[in-house]
Amino acid sequence: MILKKFWEGKAFVLTAIILLFFVFSFHSGMANEDLHAQNHDTTHQEAEAFDAGEMIFEHVLDAHDWHIADFAGHAISIPLPIILLDDQNKLHFFMSSKFEHGHASYNGFMLCKEGTNKGKIVPAIDGTMELDQSRAIPYDFSITKNVMAIFFSALLILLLFTSIAKSYKKRAGMAPKGIQSAIEVIILFVRDDIAKPSIGHHFEKYMPYLLTVFFFIVINNLLGLVPIIPGGANVTGNISVTLVLALFTFGITTISANKNYWTHMINMPGVPWWLKFPIPLMPIIEIMGMLTKPFVLMVRLFANILAGHIVILGFISMIFIFGALSPIGGYGVSIVSVAFSLFLSMLEILVAFIQAYVFTLLSALYFGMAMEESH
Amino acid sequence: MELVLPGIGLVFWMSLVFILLLVLLKKFAWKPILGALKEREGEIMSSLMMAKETKMQMEQLKAENEKLLVEARQERDAILVQANKAKDQIITDAKAKAQHEADRIVENSRMIIESEKRAAINEIKNQVAELSIAIAEKVLVAELSDKKKQSELVDKQLSQLNFN
Repeated sequence: MILKKFWEGKAFVLTAIILLFFVFSFHSGMANEDLHAQNHDTTHQEAEAFDAGEMIFEHVLDAHDWHIADFAGHAISIPLPIILLDDQNKLHFFMSSKFEHGHASYNGFMLCKEGTNKGKIVPAIDGTMELDQSRAIPYDFSITKNVMAIFFSALLILLLFTSIAKSYKKRAGMAPKGIQSAIEVIILFVRDDIAKPSIGHHFEKYMPYLLTVFFFIVINNLLGLVPIIPGGANVTGNISVTLVLALFTFGITTISANKNYWTHMINMPGVPWWLKFPIPLMPIIEIMGMLTKPFVLMVRLFANILAGHIVILGFISMIFIFGALSPIGGYGVSIVSVAFSLFLSMLEILVAFIQAYVFTLLSALYFGMAMEESH
Repeated sequence: MELVLPGIGLVFWMSLVFILLLVLLKKFAWKPILGALKEREGEIMSSLMMAKETKMQMEQLKAENEKLLVEARQERDAILVQANKAKDQIITDAKAKAQHEADRIVENSRMIIESEKRAAINEIKNQVAELSIAIAEKVLVAELSDKKKQSELVDKQLSQLNFN
């Protein structure tokens, strides 16, 4: 009975947190000592030392394999398919394990480990790790870690929402239940507080896009905070992803723009003529404004999520930096670091929703602006 | 630099996945969900409207009922008044009839009495006449013995006789 109560009570949660704390700090200490041992054994002491910057960038950047952990000096990772289109328009298809984490070249290609092409797949002279200058860098259509994460989140979203749609069909005319009611609040929020006031009476046409964008960003933001596979990929903190999302918003805005929008763009009414001719100052400013909007959308989401990841990783890195100085320092800092990481993770959960809200709201506002009638 | 430079592969896959996601979700999720939500909202709206209408109808019905009640009460009162009147009428009629009957009976009795009286008088008259004849006979018989005395007696007798 006592055990059962303990299991259900708050005491359990607290104990679990404290235990996790110890386990984490112990692990970090162990890792540091391992690192130390390695450092003494290997000749490449400086190269093997813990580099916080490198670790953080490794985590926030895209990769050709899904790195899980390092064990006894070997990286444990899931190999991912590499798809390359070379300068002869020939497709190459193989698994990333062929590169042996950047230690081998395969089929005339290798994973570049430093320089300006760091992290990219570059042509290699057969059998060596030398860059082949005569061939161009291939177009890389690989299923990278982020692509894999996008596939996973897209599948998750698809399954989640089709099942919710099913429960709407099954429980037609009844009150929502379970996850359906949890999601319904958000759907209604997007519809009534984002789309309706921002777009006006044509809002229904844009609902599918706004809802898709909102949930895609939220779910990927949240998955990015989960440190274990299939979470942990920095999808929404990747410029390519936010670029595509921003381009979609820009494209839809441009397509739905009415005559009034273009008139304001090219020939702003109520402005002295000399601002438009002979030097078209106003049109230049307006067109710049038009292009700035999606650019800002792209950068805002990217920077916010990326910054969150970097700060959390920074706090975690502090354990290893201090641990490298002395094991006691590692233990001591770990308490502070884990506390801060926990706090920041909470903050990031909030940011995950806020950024999705802001992106959706601004997209809706741009659609509304594009369809505004002259007054 | 890799951090801020979009890669063609990721852009390609992201666009592909996002378009697919948009299309599939639109068809299999957003359409049914938004449709169901709209339908439910419409249902709630119509239910509220119906409730309002029903309330109004109820009120109207109540007012009608009250009106009917008042009317019924009025009718009852009128019927009562009428019944009272009828009762009075019946009583008066009965009284009048009884009076009439009584009068008739009295009249009848009087008439019978009168006729009886008359008959009695007639009988008395006849008796008197017979008596007179008898007397006259006796007188005549006596007078016939004394003429003068006889006539005196007749006169005297006659004058003494009073019919009444």
